[in-house]
Amino acid sequence: MSDVVAPRRRGPSVAAWLLLPGAIWLALFFVVPFYSLVATSLFDPNGSVLSGYEVTWHFANFSDALRDHWRPLVRSLVYAGIATSFCLVLGYLLAYAIAFKAGRWKTLLLVMVIAPFFTSFLVRTLSWKLILADNGWVVDALQAVHVLGPEDRLLATPVAVIAGLTYNFLPFMVLPLYASLEKIDLRLIEAAQDLHANPFVAFFKVTWPLSLPGVAAGTMLTFIPAAGDYINAQLLGSPNERMIGNIIQNLFTTTGDYAAAGALSVILMALILVLIMTWVRKAGAEDLV
Amino acid sequence: MNPVSRVGRWIGDHLVLAGGLLVLVYLLVPNAIVVLMSFNDNSEARNVYAFQSFTLDNWLNPCKPSGLCSALGTSIQISLLATVVATIIGTMVAFALVRHRFTGRKAANVLIFLPMAAPEIVLGSSLLSLFVAVGLGGRLGFWTIFVAHVMFCLSFVVVTVKARLGGLSENLEQAAMDLYANEAQTFWKITFPLVFPGILGAALLSFSLSFDDFIITNLNAGQTVTFPMFVWGSAQRGVPMQVNVVGTLMFVIALAIVIVGEVQSRRRQNTLA
Repeated sequence: MSDVVAPRRRGPSVAAWLLLPGAIWLALFFVVPFYSLVATSLFDPNGSVLSGYEVTWHFANFSDALRDHWRPLVRSLVYAGIATSFCLVLGYLLAYAIAFKAGRWKTLLLVMVIAPFFTSFLVRTLSWKLILADNGWVVDALQAVHVLGPEDRLLATPVAVIAGLTYNFLPFMVLPLYASLEKIDLRLIEAAQDLHANPFVAFFKVTWPLSLPGVAAGTMLTFIPAAGDYINAQLLGSPNERMIGNIIQNLFTTTGDYAAAGALSVILMALILVLIMTWVRKAGAEDLV
Repeated sequence: MNPVSRVGRWIGDHLVLAGGLLVLVYLLVPNAIVVLMSFNDNSEARNVYAFQSFTLDNWLNPCKPSGLCSALGTSIQISLLATVVATIIGTMVAFALVRHRFTGRKAANVLIFLPMAAPEIVLGSSLLSLFVAVGLGGRLGFWTIFVAHVMFCLSFVVVTVKARLGGLSENLEQAAMDLYANEAQTFWKITFPLVFPGILGAALLSFSLSFDDFIITNLNAGQTVTFPMFVWGSAQRGVPMQVNVVGTLMFVIALAIVIVGEVQSRRRQNTLA
């Protein structure tokens, strides 16, 4: 931290002292652990908690993990992708309504968007068990209009898991979208309309492009936790909907297969990074950080 | 006005608002169900998650299911402790990032951002790998959970306080200095009170993040049981309805804090105006 230069006020050492505890905490418990995870992923797979592990640069851990668990891995990315697109559509509608149509109810509606967070994630997810139950009114209604057959169910299907993911991560989409819609100068939209753009054209030529930073941030904040989540898959799905989080969790805590679990975590992180980088570049929001 | 844009405008004005409200309903129905289920008597069929009959029993005996209240106590202790530590060191980092220019500032911003961008399962398994590697594998518990919670709350504190600090004009501070306040006086009389709402918001956010965390906690908890872990464990055998009492109470308390905060900030704005 000695390379601190040109303070705006107070000495350079002040900045260093302010940063120090946080930097140490993140270094010790975020950076070093990540290194440790990569090391774990290269463990000799024959090691165990009792006999100890050795880093043997066993790259086959990665191919083994992929071979054994590619289905839940792909499933996680697909479910997260679908849930993120639903979040984008629903979240855009809600954020747009709050930013432009809510008038003086804005603050109240924003509080309602974060209100779900006031109750425990797990307890709320359990509520979906009741909403989607086999004899619940949602299933009954869908059966009445023949969307579902008389024997079909929602619980323990991909539909329930994706509905749960969409529900749980929707506020992470709405808030950044709202933040970027709020900033749009309404005169730009009026100008488009003065120039005879109908509202649809005005939306796609003016509002949508200006909201792209929010779209990029929102999709990221939704996709990442959704891809790593296993609570929805476990509580609302069946073993057929198991996601990569379930597998990693089980390998670490139940099976004790640290090498495979580490390799899967590293693969998940790498896949997410690649997807996000491509996406952020495409949406043109590199200055997100 | 041509018909297309008239239709468009009508859609804009009515359907969008109605659609947005429907999305809000989707977001809030589960909260309503948590409240409803806190009055549910499920003694007929314990592992069926459905409303069976009305009772006040869950509210009168919230600690009846064994382990619930001790898990709740553990969660509150960890969350309070993690919140205090994360809020203090996170606020310090935010001040350094907003009020000081130094090389490596950009790198520091990225480092702060990364924990928020990594999936929890990866953060959790990294920490577990480290704890096992340094021989703490058998001693996972309260303190390893605490360390993990401070780590992931920290970034959220920094971002929240930074937002508040960044939006603050330095004119008031300069005015104080012009009136011969020294740096410490200026900080404690002007800067800190102005940033305080942001710090408070950050603390509330960290408390709820910490209290609610399951994925990272579950990997690093050893034999310690937090409230979300209690819910998870009981989900396999049939959830006691008392967890909905806890959920409802949390909801009411958090809502009250937000409303009081909002009313106060409005009142302050009115007196300033």
